[in-house]
Amino acid sequence: MYAYDEIDRTLINERVTEFRDQVKRRLSGELSEDEFKMLRLQNGVYLQLHAYMFRIAIPYGTLSSKQLRRLAHVARRYDRGYGHFTTRQNIQFNWIKLAELPDAMADLAEVGIHAMQTSGNNTRNVTSDQWAGVAPGEIEDPRIWSELLRQYTTLHPEFSFLPRKFKFAITASAHDRAAIKVHDVGLRLHKNEHGETGFEVLVGGGLGRTPFLGKSIKPFVHGHDLLSYVEAILRVYNQYGRRDNIYKARIKILVHELGAEKFAAEVEEEWRQMDKSALTLDDAAIEEIRSRFSYPAYETLPPMPEQLKKAAHDPQFEAWRKNSVFPHKVPGYAIVTLSLKPVGGPPGDATADQMDTVADLADKYSFGEIRVGHEQNLALPHVAKRDLPALWRALDGAGLATPNVNLITDIIACPGLDYCSLANARSIPIAQELTRRFANHDTANLIGRLHVNISGCINACGHHHVGHIGILGVEKNGEEFYQITIGGRADEHAELGNLIGPAVPYADVADVVEDIVEAYLALRARPDELFVDTVKRLGVEPFRERVYATR
Amino acid sequence: MPLVKHGKISPDPFVHVADDAELPADSAVLISAARFLADPDALLRRPGKTGVIWPNSRDVDDLVPYLERLGAVALVFPTFRDGRAYSQARLLRERYGYRGELRATGQVLRDQFVFMLRAGFNAFEVKKDSDAAAFANTIKRYSVFYQPTGDGRVTALHRRMQQRHAESASL
Amino acid sequence: MTSPLEQKKIRITGPSVVTANRTWDGVVIWRTASKGWSPELSDAAIVRTSDEARALLAESVADDVGAVGAYIAPVEVRDGGAVAPGNLREHIRSEGLTIGVAMPAQRQDHVRI
Repeated sequence: MYAYDEIDRTLINERVTEFRDQVKRRLSGELSEDEFKMLRLQNGVYLQLHAYMFRIAIPYGTLSSKQLRRLAHVARRYDRGYGHFTTRQNIQFNWIKLAELPDAMADLAEVGIHAMQTSGNNTRNVTSDQWAGVAPGEIEDPRIWSELLRQYTTLHPEFSFLPRKFKFAITASAHDRAAIKVHDVGLRLHKNEHGETGFEVLVGGGLGRTPFLGKSIKPFVHGHDLLSYVEAILRVYNQYGRRDNIYKARIKILVHELGAEKFAAEVEEEWRQMDKSALTLDDAAIEEIRSRFSYPAYETLPPMPEQLKKAAHDPQFEAWRKNSVFPHKVPGYAIVTLSLKPVGGPPGDATADQMDTVADLADKYSFGEIRVGHEQNLALPHVAKRDLPALWRALDGAGLATPNVNLITDIIACPGLDYCSLANARSIPIAQELTRRFANHDTANLIGRLHVNISGCINACGHHHVGHIGILGVEKNGEEFYQITIGGRADEHAELGNLIGPAVPYADVADVVEDIVEAYLALRARPDELFVDTVKRLGVEPFRERVYATR
Repeated sequence: MPLVKHGKISPDPFVHVADDAELPADSAVLISAARFLADPDALLRRPGKTGVIWPNSRDVDDLVPYLERLGAVALVFPTFRDGRAYSQARLLRERYGYRGELRATGQVLRDQFVFMLRAGFNAFEVKKDSDAAAFANTIKRYSVFYQPTGDGRVTALHRRMQQRHAESASL
Repeated sequence: MTSPLEQKKIRITGPSVVTANRTWDGVVIWRTASKGWSPELSDAAIVRTSDEARALLAESVADDVGAVGAYIAPVEVRDGGAVAPGNLREHIRSEGLTIGVAMPAQRQDHVRI
């Protein structure tokens, strides 16, 4: 947990004061919407279908119980009692009033929560692995670096009006849970031969209209040079990124048009010319940030406590334990994923009551800490194994223990046309129906790990391009249609999915997914061959045949 | 359009002169980059100061040889959302050591004053009178700055390190 | 529906209204015939030609203080004059979320184990 000090809190408060003044000037007419829009976006305030939407930053997906309770308070006091966790580890509220936003922001500022740069053409939330700090085999905690980057990019005077949005992600594990290959800048933390920490730097990944996987432009940037090197990237982008066409304004287009080598050379040249003294981090500076992260005082615990042995007789507990509980780097502890994907529910939503419950459980069982994952689930990162049965009972009572993590009903979906003014089609009802079709726990387990991603438009906030099954809503003659892709992956083997055929109408989508699953079950080489591996082995054709045989 | 310098509305000694208009002999003028580069040495020998309006789509490299003799450099924000001039400003100040008047022109609005100052601008052609009048107050909005620029403001990291040293020194 | 925020040419193909969101609270509103805004679709001024639509939109957009994001939306005018939203997007804006509305009945031949 990173502890904000007076300096951090002062900045957040100054930001709230500024926004309060901007809202006042907007409502009085002193600021036109054209002048105000980018200012509100830079504070996470969108205009959506029904209302304003407020996107709050959860830096690298880490929350304290106190902060989560305050989010619950905002949901109740200013919204309709629930929030939505996003694919970038943020939270969104959908019904908030502009006139009340400064007050909501002030309430959040009290616990060190802000919404700076969660939208707008600037640098967004630096996301990371939701298991940072606790995953076995992690090289070191990437959140230290995420925080360094967060501070460096917050209200950066040179880079607050970029050609387009700019997203960073950092991973420090061999298995990439942060999807760094589909970010504008992806950073893979690793150590050089001297044992010094540095980063492989990938640039130009991104989804949306023109999806790209990031290109590696430098195999190792020393940790001391991280900020100066990032400054070089941002400066090249700020000056040369396209501003004539918003669909070609991301850095991925610049990298594509220049070519990765030439782009890397431009960055290197800028970096070479830069006076790096002010931005070079020394060990003291890194240690300063590291020292403000607190880690739990773990007990020395047995790997198989009595409570766990006893509870093993309960099949429901076991089903949940096998599905939602993951190994922790400290013996006797576990990482617990809380599924926000109940059968029939909108994926990634939590009610204010659920948030309070999770906060209480975090206090009791997780040293007061919660994590938010880009798959739109929560996690409790420090649970003693002996507490798992008690925790499960409480989670089950709150509807947070659906044992479907990483299964076909653990769907990632954008809000879609039910909420979003950019959407062409709905996504949530599709997700809801899929959770109903595959509600049977045994069936879902038989199918195994299968990530379904749904986006309501080409902006791809549901990350459909990298879904094992990707579903993209489009519009044809005023009707909702959906393109289906298969074989995408978001991890260290990232790949874009392939279209299986023509778009299908809304009413057919769940049937199509069932057909795809049936084909997979018939074709897989072994029960433990994952769907995405079967697709890789056989290609799209057998699935296309199955789906379109009768359509 | 009011000019803000030294934190307040000030008279503007410079006159914008269109490409096809004659240059007044003695006045301080702001002219386009194209006009300037056609005959820079002659223009810089004028009795009145010569300043250049540099487009935001062009590298400042071509301007660098003349920086010491220019009366002013004006950079452009065609809309406030086009942030290229921030990079240009920082390069002029921090890489090329420009010390003269660095003027923000275009859609210059209140809510970007702090960014502009930090990037190195010290003169502002402010679009709205009310924004110009609010300049002095607006720049007091922020006391915390996370990242270093050439403006000399102490960064948050440095303040913390200073506090730490002070604490350990007093032990 | 393709976001009307990307509307460039204004050309309507049937009865239309101008809709927006109220600036201070984001509530969905429609432009009335008396140069105001109402949160009720039934109060909306209906235009039937592209020229009328353009004029109504221009006047609506000029009211920058009261409303945000104005655009032209299709409506259906039923027998008896009742006005209904003209597409799914507008239906959602006036009626609310569709979450909870059931999809067509499930097939009987579910995934077989």
